[in-house]
Amino acid sequence: MATAAPTDATAAEVQTVVAARLLREARSVFIGVGRPSTAAILARMIYNPDLVLVYESGTIGARPYRIPLSIGDGELAETADAVVSVPEMFNYWIGPGRIEVAFLGAAQVDRLGNLNSTVIGDYDHPKTRLPGAGGAPEIAAGCGEVVIVAPHSKRTFVERLDFRTTVGFGDGPGDRERLGFRGRGPSAVITDLGVLEPDPESKELTLTRLHPGVAIEAGREATGWDLAIAANPDRTEEPDQAELEALRELLER
Amino acid sequence: MAVVAPLSDAVADLVADGDTIALEGFTHLIPFAAGHEVIRQGRSDLTLVRMTPDLLYDQMIGMGVASGVVFSYGGNPGVGSLHRFRDAIENGWPRPLEVEEHSHAGMANRYVAAAAGLPFAVMRGYLGTDLIAHTRAREIECPFSGEKLVAVPALDLDVAIVHAQEADREGNVQLWGIPGVQKEAVLGARRSLVTVERLVEKLEPRPGGVVIPGWAIDAVAEAPGGSEPSYSLGITERDNDFYKFWDGLSRDRDDFRAWMGEHVIDGAAA
Repeated sequence: MATAAPTDATAAEVQTVVAARLLREARSVFIGVGRPSTAAILARMIYNPDLVLVYESGTIGARPYRIPLSIGDGELAETADAVVSVPEMFNYWIGPGRIEVAFLGAAQVDRLGNLNSTVIGDYDHPKTRLPGAGGAPEIAAGCGEVVIVAPHSKRTFVERLDFRTTVGFGDGPGDRERLGFRGRGPSAVITDLGVLEPDPESKELTLTRLHPGVAIEAGREATGWDLAIAANPDRTEEPDQAELEALRELLER
Repeated sequence: MAVVAPLSDAVADLVADGDTIALEGFTHLIPFAAGHEVIRQGRSDLTLVRMTPDLLYDQMIGMGVASGVVFSYGGNPGVGSLHRFRDAIENGWPRPLEVEEHSHAGMANRYVAAAAGLPFAVMRGYLGTDLIAHTRAREIECPFSGEKLVAVPALDLDVAIVHAQEADREGNVQLWGIPGVQKEAVLGARRSLVTVERLVEKLEPRPGGVVIPGWAIDAVAEAPGGSEPSYSLGITERDNDFYKFWDGLSRDRDDFRAWMGEHVIDGAAA
């Protein structure tokens, strides 16, 4: 299948399918809106019907038929196993590490998987005021592992964050343990070009996989630091017909 | 016991210039009608507290009622930026806005401490981030284990306003669906107002229903449709198209002011 004629999947579709495949074995996933939510709903549809979807609004075990616009859409509450308050969500579910995987996005990502979603520019006189932390800092600290989903560009993958909203691996190995975090931190960064994974020793994000038709050079050029690249990066398996049809059908609902 | 009063009277009685005020609702049951009444009554210098400022605070900030905002996520959920909120922070329009920001967990715990009458709440969070240097959160040591934890101060709220589905004639309130931090906001504030979709003779227990006794609330006001374009589960639906529409409209100061004039200031009956 992977070596057949390339399908007509767009980069966005490949990114979504790759994110969904990561949830094949997962028991629970914490998601916001956007591509991560689409990926998790797709994973429930075609790989893992028992996957527990957890949204920040307090809906645990939601079974949305459509992709919600907001994390508080009525369908999430109506289909959930439990609907809890915000203090309960953070203090009883996220903090103690009950959720296995968390999907997060960000405006900036650095080489140690730390994230900025607060400001571009100086904090007191920002060039761009971003929405802010939301749940990300404690989600990234508490959930079992973190998968970052972001567009691959020099604007996003930066040498130095303008603001560290959320800790990935902090300043390097041992930092998470020193800070008392429960979760293991970032396990993958899924971009529209490929997948980055932390080096087991240094924790530096390393390009380990390229999506179909993407050259190594493209990954290097879209990264704002001297990107570490695996000796023989894997090639993402093309989305097959079943994956693509399910995704397109979901997006049209 | 809560006074059941018209919305305009309740807002006039409970909200004063310079107050620190929370209009809560986590993507659900957002008290738009009450917020619009605050704008119409010309309140000023308010410190607006809310986890997710959303469109309602975008409107209030753009109309100049606020001198400060305390929040954890200032976006249009699923759509993008809050343009009036950004314009106030980036350009000081229509007036400069003081910002105090937290994480969701931090804000939620600040409400919990306020409701419990405690000076602070303890949590894991903020450590290792740049947030801790820019906000009110302090590293503390667990007196039992020595573990490093973080304390966040209780919110100091003059007024909390929330929206619910139902209240009875005694002002007992019931809300269901996503409960957010509404109960904590009401119990954590010196004064409170709950707007409701409808007044009923008797509250019927609902799955997941949160009941707040009338004697813990100052005023209840009937405001049918009072959470639109947000929603009240089981009664109204979230108007997702309005959230998208707002993204375009709110980019321009004049378009924004014209729309508010027509729909909020002149539309007093709506």
